[in-house]
Amino acid sequence: MSGQSRSGQSRGVIERSLATFVDALQHTFHAEELAKKRGLLQRLDARVKIVAILPLIIIAALARQLTVICALFTFAVAIALLSRVPPSTLAKRVWLPVLAFTGLISLPAPFLTPGKAIYSLPLLGWTITAQGLRSAIYLIMRAETAATFSILVILCTPWTNVLKALRVLRFPTALVVIVGMTYRYIFLLLQTAHDMFQSRKSRMVGQLDGRELRRTATASAGVLMSKTLQLSEDVHLAMRSRGFRGEVYVLNEFQTGWFDWVMLPLFTGIAVLAFWFGR
Amino acid sequence: MGRNCDLLSMHIPDGYLSPSTCAVLYGAAMPFWYVAFARIKRLLHTRLVPLVAVFSAFCFVIMMFNVPLPGGTTGHALGVGAATVALGPWASMLSLSIALLIQAVFFGDGGITTLGANCFNMAIVGSLVAHLAYRAVAGRSTLASPRRAMAAALAGYAAINASALLAACELGIQPLFFKDAGGSPLYAPYPLHIAIPAMMIGHLTFAGLAELVVSGGVVAYLQRSNSSLLHSSSRETDDAVVQSTHRAGWGRTGPLWVRLALLMVLTPLGILAAGTAWGEWSGRDFSSPEMRQTIASASSNVAPPLRPPEGLERLSSIWSAPFPQYAPPFVRRPAFGYVMSAMFGSGIILGAFRLIGWMLAGGNGATKASP
Repeated sequence: MSGQSRSGQSRGVIERSLATFVDALQHTFHAEELAKKRGLLQRLDARVKIVAILPLIIIAALARQLTVICALFTFAVAIALLSRVPPSTLAKRVWLPVLAFTGLISLPAPFLTPGKAIYSLPLLGWTITAQGLRSAIYLIMRAETAATFSILVILCTPWTNVLKALRVLRFPTALVVIVGMTYRYIFLLLQTAHDMFQSRKSRMVGQLDGRELRRTATASAGVLMSKTLQLSEDVHLAMRSRGFRGEVYVLNEFQTGWFDWVMLPLFTGIAVLAFWFGR
Repeated sequence: MGRNCDLLSMHIPDGYLSPSTCAVLYGAAMPFWYVAFARIKRLLHTRLVPLVAVFSAFCFVIMMFNVPLPGGTTGHALGVGAATVALGPWASMLSLSIALLIQAVFFGDGGITTLGANCFNMAIVGSLVAHLAYRAVAGRSTLASPRRAMAAALAGYAAINASALLAACELGIQPLFFKDAGGSPLYAPYPLHIAIPAMMIGHLTFAGLAELVVSGGVVAYLQRSNSSLLHSSSRETDDAVVQSTHRAGWGRTGPLWVRLALLMVLTPLGILAAGTAWGEWSGRDFSSPEMRQTIASASSNVAPPLRPPEGLERLSSIWSAPFPQYAPPFVRRPAFGYVMSAMFGSGIILGAFRLIGWMLAGGNGATKASP
């Protein structure tokens, strides 16, 4: 490896890590902005939202009819528009990444799945089968539909409400508290990791070879682990000093309104219809 | 889905597994979560909530680290090896499961219906495999021994590959069981013989290497800078490395040996299964009318070729297994042959890990028990 490429790699590795941290932070800030808008899903109680959307995700996975999966996808897009979630956000956050990932995975399926041949590629002679093509479309549409519904819940609900709504699904209280704390400390640790990499980047004037780069990356991970364990000790002491004795309580401040009670049967009705026609 | 799916390809998204597979894997994960939670709560009391919460956040962040690999490429690690070494398998499986839950729910990486499968593959099986491999290779070496860093690296590598193999099997069985009326696979479309190599090639090389580098590198760093941290965290979670090696006798490993023995005794259950495993046909099977019928019915009614494939015929004679069909020639009862094969296979695997441990101990001379 040449010196130039080494330098490029050393810059690239650190910058890529920094970009990943920043992207995660931006994703969250953007979600919080969308959650404050006045749209269809934003007006719904978080518990109603989860009870309404979760069956749609499961039915998208259960459906054996492509038309039903496509109808559910259209419904998800309609909800997004009514909730003032820009299609460009959905395209950037869900549709394109899912298409890139699932599309790449399902690309060989039309050629590898045995079945009725419908087309043969000129020059290469590879045969596309009807079953393989349907199988690829099943996979892509299911993944797109389920991911769209999931991201809509998150984009249109403040994360604290998502956590409280998890109680509706009978998640143990301690688990909900842990998930909530984890979510908060992710940002602290992301910021810490970001600062570590930023300071390393600002001090780098020479070139690092691959071995040194690996050492830097693993040492950063080790430092972060040390800080994490120290942080857990500090948090524990802070909790104890405030009277924590191992029991956790969650405040329940939700109130459902007429809008929730109109929308819940509507979503449930659509889920039942999709289940019936998708069998 | 989203940001990291291209990098963390083992996060199975929604739509790839049938709901029944998802339900089975949620069911399989539940007892582990329950036991892990109960054990950690008993050991840590009030420390449970902050430790698991903050360490889950660490697991989440560590998955975003770009790790430079030999050859100029980069990869991302799951951190399962480092987490297991630092906290022990039970706290590690809880922390990783919560990190995966947050990735799925808040960041869209990995599916919600497939969360049970992802947690089972990566958090549960990954942590257990990492723990067993680490203990087997690290043996009774001291905390500062290079053998421990090597053991952590191998543990990470073994864990990520075991998880990938499991994920590949889950994806590979989908087209066997779930097809629509026209014969199109409803979920992941590739059978086992495609899914397993496709998944394993990437994990045996890049993803495995990234995990190896992170697990070994983190432990090596902690040994240099703060080995008490390795010691204290392991002491408090009981399952971790140092205490395990102190009590590596029957008291600690007894239940594992009992479970292994039970599994060996249960291996003859395989005799109850009808037919043969798909794709595991011998050259002779192609000329037997009865077997030809079985092969065709198991392969979407596609008739097998009249003659065995040339390559299969040629290569099948290269190696003769000592226990063909899990039945040594001198054993008359097939059930006994299965048990013997299980003992033989398990013995080879355990022996291989012992050998690796012995070789590493010989290399650095640090085999004495820690004080």
